[in-house]
Amino acid sequence: MKKLIICLLLINTSVQGYSQDKNKKVSFEVKGNCAMCKARIEKASLKVKGVKYVNWDIASKQLTLILDENKCAPLDVKKAIARVGHDTDSAKADDSTYNDLPPCCKFRDPASIHLDHGTKP
Amino acid sequence: MHLLKNPFNKLILFAILFIVPLVITSQIIISGTVVVNDGKGTAITQSGVHVYWQDSTAMVLTNTEGYFKIPYNKNTKKLVLSFPGYQTDTLDANRPNIGKILLQKEIDLEEVIVRNKIKPLQKSLFEVQNVVTVDSKEMLKAACCNLSESFETNPTVDVNISDAVTGAKQIQMLGLNSPYLLFTQENIPSIRGASQIYGLSFIPGSWIESIQITKGSGGVQNGYESISGQINSELVKPLSDKLLFLNIYSNNYERYEFNGRFNKKISENLGTGIYVHSNLRNGTIDNNNDGFLDTPLAEQINLMNRWQYMDSEKGWVSFLTLHYLKDKKNTGQVNFEPERDKLTTNYWGSEVQSNRLDISSKVGYVFPDLPYQSIGLQTSYNVHDQNSYYGLNLYNIKQNSFYTNLIFNSIINNTQNKIKAGINYSNDNYGEQANVQALERNDNTIGSFFEYSYDSLEKLSLVAGIRMDHHNKLGTFITPRFHIRYSLWDKASLRGSLGKGVKGANIFAENQQFFASSRSLEITDNSGKIYGLKPEVAWNFGISFIQKLYLWNRVLDFSADFYSTQFQDQVVIDWEDPRKISFYNLDGKSYSNSLQIDLNYEIVQNLDFRATYKYYDIRVDYRSGSLTKPLQPKHRFFTNLSYETLRKSNGTQWRFDYTLHWQGEQRLPNTASNPNEYQLASFSPSYALMNTQATRVFSKKFEVYIGGENIANYTQNRVILGSDDPFGPYFDSTILYAPVLGSTYYVGLRYKL
Repeated sequence: MKKLIICLLLINTSVQGYSQDKNKKVSFEVKGNCAMCKARIEKASLKVKGVKYVNWDIASKQLTLILDENKCAPLDVKKAIARVGHDTDSAKADDSTYNDLPPCCKFRDPASIHLDHGTKP
Repeated sequence: MHLLKNPFNKLILFAILFIVPLVITSQIIISGTVVVNDGKGTAITQSGVHVYWQDSTAMVLTNTEGYFKIPYNKNTKKLVLSFPGYQTDTLDANRPNIGKILLQKEIDLEEVIVRNKIKPLQKSLFEVQNVVTVDSKEMLKAACCNLSESFETNPTVDVNISDAVTGAKQIQMLGLNSPYLLFTQENIPSIRGASQIYGLSFIPGSWIESIQITKGSGGVQNGYESISGQINSELVKPLSDKLLFLNIYSNNYERYEFNGRFNKKISENLGTGIYVHSNLRNGTIDNNNDGFLDTPLAEQINLMNRWQYMDSEKGWVSFLTLHYLKDKKNTGQVNFEPERDKLTTNYWGSEVQSNRLDISSKVGYVFPDLPYQSIGLQTSYNVHDQNSYYGLNLYNIKQNSFYTNLIFNSIINNTQNKIKAGINYSNDNYGEQANVQALERNDNTIGSFFEYSYDSLEKLSLVAGIRMDHHNKLGTFITPRFHIRYSLWDKASLRGSLGKGVKGANIFAENQQFFASSRSLEITDNSGKIYGLKPEVAWNFGISFIQKLYLWNRVLDFSADFYSTQFQDQVVIDWEDPRKISFYNLDGKSYSNSLQIDLNYEIVQNLDFRATYKYYDIRVDYRSGSLTKPLQPKHRFFTNLSYETLRKSNGTQWRFDYTLHWQGEQRLPNTASNPNEYQLASFSPSYALMNTQATRVFSKKFEVYIGGENIANYTQNRVILGSDDPFGPYFDSTILYAPVLGSTYYVGLRYKL
C-alpha cells in the first residue's frame, strides 16, 4: 500500500513537471514610450486568450504577464502587440500600423527615446 | 414635461446640445505662464522652462514672457515643469488655460512638493457606480467638527436637524433619512441601531481622510441594509498620516473643540497613531426667549488608537483600531437642574449619556505571484450604551454587536472579469427600556455574497452582485444589485443601477426625538418579529449622466441623475395626528423620487463655482390618506463658490469659501386638531442659509480660519409648540423646519508637522 502511494505520488509529480503551468509568469521587453502606449499594449495583450493579467512598466519597458500555457504562448502575445504597433524581440509591427501611432508613441524615433519619460534635461 | 418649464433646465439642455459637438471636434491646446519668485516676494515670468507630459516625449520651452503652449495629452494629464535650480512641478492639466504656475526654489533637506491640484470633490467618469469622493480638503470648508457637519458643502447629502431640543443633525439621501443609508467605516458597517441618531457626531472630522458617497443601492459586499445609498468614511492611517496635527476651535455659543493626532512609525512596516478629540459646549443660550436652551450643553471625550502593518513584498496589510467615546448632552428649560429636577415636573429637561467602545481589525493578503487575487478578513466588536430621559420619558438602550466578513477576490479568465465572493456573520444584542416597557432582542444574520464585474476596456463596464442572507427575525432572503456604465462619447458616461434593500426598523432608536414631545406612542402589531412590525423592503433604481467638457478654455462638469425608491413594505412613521406618533406597516404605496442636476465650473483661475438643483417627490399612503413626506422641501438649490490664492514660496495662502442653501416650502405635520394657539400653518416658508469661511495659511505648518454659519440669521419663529406648558398635552419639539440657532461665528487654528 505504501509503495502504491509513493508510486502514485511520483507519477503525479513527474506529470506535474512536464505539464503546462496554468499561472505562468512571463516577462519581456516591449518597445514603447508613454501612458498611451501602456494602455494600447496592455489592452492588446489581455485580449489574447489565456492571458490573465498584464502590466507594462513605462520606465523599464518590461511587460509582465500571467498566462495559461495550455492556452497560449508568449509569442502569441508578441504577435498581438505587433498588430497594434509595438515591437518585441520576435515580432515587429508593420510600418503602416506603426505610422498610425500618435507622435508621442513613435518609439522607433531615436529623438523620442532620447527625450523619454520626464528625465531631467 | 414640467422639467423644461424651469428656465434653468432649458439653459442646461441648450448647453449640452451646443457645446458638446464643438468640444469633441477641436484639438485641445494647453497653455500657461510659468513664474518664479524674484527673491523679494514678487513673481516674475521665467523663460526656458521645460514643459512636457509625464511619461511622454513631446517637450516645449516657455518663451520670454514665460508662456507655453502644448497639445493636450489625454492619457497622462500630468504636466511636468522643470527648470534648473527649481523644484520640478507636476500638476494635473484639468483645463486648457492653466494660468500662472509658480515654480519653487530647490531647497536642500526639504522634500519636493507635488502640488495637489485635484478637485476636492471628485466625480468619476469611469467608476461603475455613482460615487462622489470628498477628501479632507473639502471637509475643511465647513467648520466641520464631526461627520454630521462634513456634508454641509456637499449637495448630494442633505443635513437636517432632528428636533428643537437635542439639536442632533440628521442626514438624508434621495429624500430618505439616515436609517435607509448604510454607513461604513473603512467598509465595516457602523452607525446603525442604537447609534443611529447621535452616531454621526461621534466621528470627529479631523480623523477622516476621505468620504465616498454612493448614490443608489451600492454593492452587495457590505450587507443588505442599504436602500438609498452608502457612505463610507476612511480614517487617517498611521503610516501615511502627518506626524502631528493639532486643532482648536471655538464659536460665539461657547462651543470649544480640541483635536490632536500623533503618529509614530515603529519600523518600515509598522506604525501606530493616537487620536484625541474633545468638545465642550457650556453656553446657556436662549436667544428666542422660549425658556428652552437653543443648543444643548455638551461634553465629549473621544479617543482612538490605530495600528497599521504593511508589507507590500509579502502581500500583507493589517489594521487594528480601538476607539472609546463618552458623550453627554444636557438640555431643556434654562432653569432645569438635573440633580434637582430630573424626572420631575419642576422644569422640563433632558440628559443623554452615551458610552461606546469599538474594536475592529482587518487583515488582507494579496498573493505575491497572483497580484489579482486577494483574501481579506474584517472583524469588529462594539458596545454602545445610552442612558437618557426626555422630560418624563425614560429611554435606555444597550447594543452589543459583533460583525465579521471574509472576502475573496479573483478573476475569471483575465482581469477584465473580476469576481468577489464572501461570507459574513453579524450578531446584534439589544436591551431597551422605553418608559416602563423593557425590550430584549437578539438579531443574527449569516450571509454570503457573490459579485461579478466586467470591463470591456473600452466603453462598457458593469457590476452584478447577489447576496443571500438568513436572519433569525427577517427570514431568508435574496438581495440582488446591478450597476452598469457606458461611455456615450468623449468624457461622457451614462450609468444605471438597480437594487434591493431590506431592513428591520429600530423604531425607538431611529425616532428618539418623539420622546421630546407629549405625543403618545402607538405601534400596530402586524405579527412581525421586530416590535411586532414586518421588515422594510425596497427597490431602488437610478440613471445618471455625466459630461466633462471645456468651456472658454476651462473645465466644466455637468451631471444629472434621477433615482426612484419604491417600498414594497415600510414601517410608516405617522406624525399626522398631533396627539400621537404611530408606527405601522405600509398598506398601499410609498415612493421617493429624486432628481439632481449639478454644474461645476472654474470661472477664473482658482475660483470654482458649483451649483445644484434638486427636486423631490416623496409620497406615503398614511392611514389618513396619501400625503407628501412632512418637513421635506420639494425644491432645493445649492451653490458654492471657493477661491484660493496662489501659494507663495514661503507657503502663505488665502482660501475663501461661500455656500448658499435655499430650501423651498415644506409641508408641516397636521396640527389642525390643536387649540388655535398651538396650530401651525400647513406649509413652512422657503428660506436660505449662508455659510462662509476664510482661511489664512501662514506656513506649511500653521493656519488660522474664521467663518460664519447661517450668516443671514434665519431662524424658525416658534421651534417648540407648547413651550409655555411643557408637561401639557400640546408640547412638541419635533416640528422643526429651519435652524434654532441664529448666526454662528467661529475661529480655529491648525498646526501640523
